[in-house]
Amino acid sequence: MSSSNTNPGSFSRPGIEFLGGARDQLPILLGVVPFGVIFGALADSAGIPAFEAQSFSLFIFAGSAQFIAVSLIGQAASPFLIVLTIFIVNLRHMLYSASLAPHVNHLSNRWKIPLSWLLTDEAFIVASSRYRRGNIEFAHWYFLGTGLMLWTAWQLSTSLGIALGVLIPPEIGLDFALPLTFMALIIPTLTDRPAWAAACSAGFFSILLANLPFKLGLLIPVIIGISVGLGVEIQSASARRANGDIT
Amino acid sequence: MSRLELWIIILAGMAVTYLIRLSFIFLIPPDRLPEWFRRGLRYIPPAVLAALIAPDILLLDGTLHLSFTNHRLLAGSIAALVAWRTRNTWLTIVSGLLTFGLLALL
Repeated sequence: MSSSNTNPGSFSRPGIEFLGGARDQLPILLGVVPFGVIFGALADSAGIPAFEAQSFSLFIFAGSAQFIAVSLIGQAASPFLIVLTIFIVNLRHMLYSASLAPHVNHLSNRWKIPLSWLLTDEAFIVASSRYRRGNIEFAHWYFLGTGLMLWTAWQLSTSLGIALGVLIPPEIGLDFALPLTFMALIIPTLTDRPAWAAACSAGFFSILLANLPFKLGLLIPVIIGISVGLGVEIQSASARRANGDIT
Repeated sequence: MSRLELWIIILAGMAVTYLIRLSFIFLIPPDRLPEWFRRGLRYIPPAVLAALIAPDILLLDGTLHLSFTNHRLLAGSIAALVAWRTRNTWLTIVSGLLTFGLLALL
């Protein structure tokens, strides 16, 4: 049938959420896919066999940690040190887990286990923007859709990089799409003064601490940002109380 | 490095990463967390995003680059403006990439 007024509700609510999550991950993939290709190429040039290289993406599924692990393998570091490094680099995911925990608390373990598995930086950022929009009855399908989209793209881009085995020149400039995507996502989170304070202080310290190893240049500024946000919230709440006492 | 060592890294790396991601979702119920901690969670997304954006647009080869010759800063500012006015992810990215490309041509 060529009727143009097809019912858009031909998908169920879970289906709409799932596709919405997958769709909203697309802009981020523009920035992620080049990294996946580069990871595959780097793993190949570090002498890691194709199956093991792909397994890093399949099982660890954490971009920064995989890059650092491969560079440590290239330097013949001990497996213990490499695993410890992966642990420190991914410690920031604990914050994401804490942030999303209240939203998925009502779900069964059948949901919690795969959703946690997909909890990367990019999945967290897109999923938490969904939870902020409210009406979350089926939002876990959105989380699943966005996580699976990212996971699939990460696997395919890794494979491509292993197959090519050559480095993609960074001058292409596509990596710049990543901060631009984050720019679009941060604006709706800046709803009040404490949120601005959290963002500004985290940004400031991320510059100051940019040279720290193990992604600590991300973890520490984020913890400072959260503390500053809380501090400003408490301070303005008590200022409001003080004003209330005067009038 | 032997294949056995590689598999130790992959499987142990998977275990620690997964335990971190499971931590609060699975192992610790949120109603057991203190009140201040739960309120702090709201500030994670803006803090994470700012800490990801700032080095990408302000640092060049590891040093602060605050001037009109920093094309990433200019294009990022345009993109921020577009994001603020339109709330549209694609428009934000396209405007930023276009600005970046145009500046490279100048």
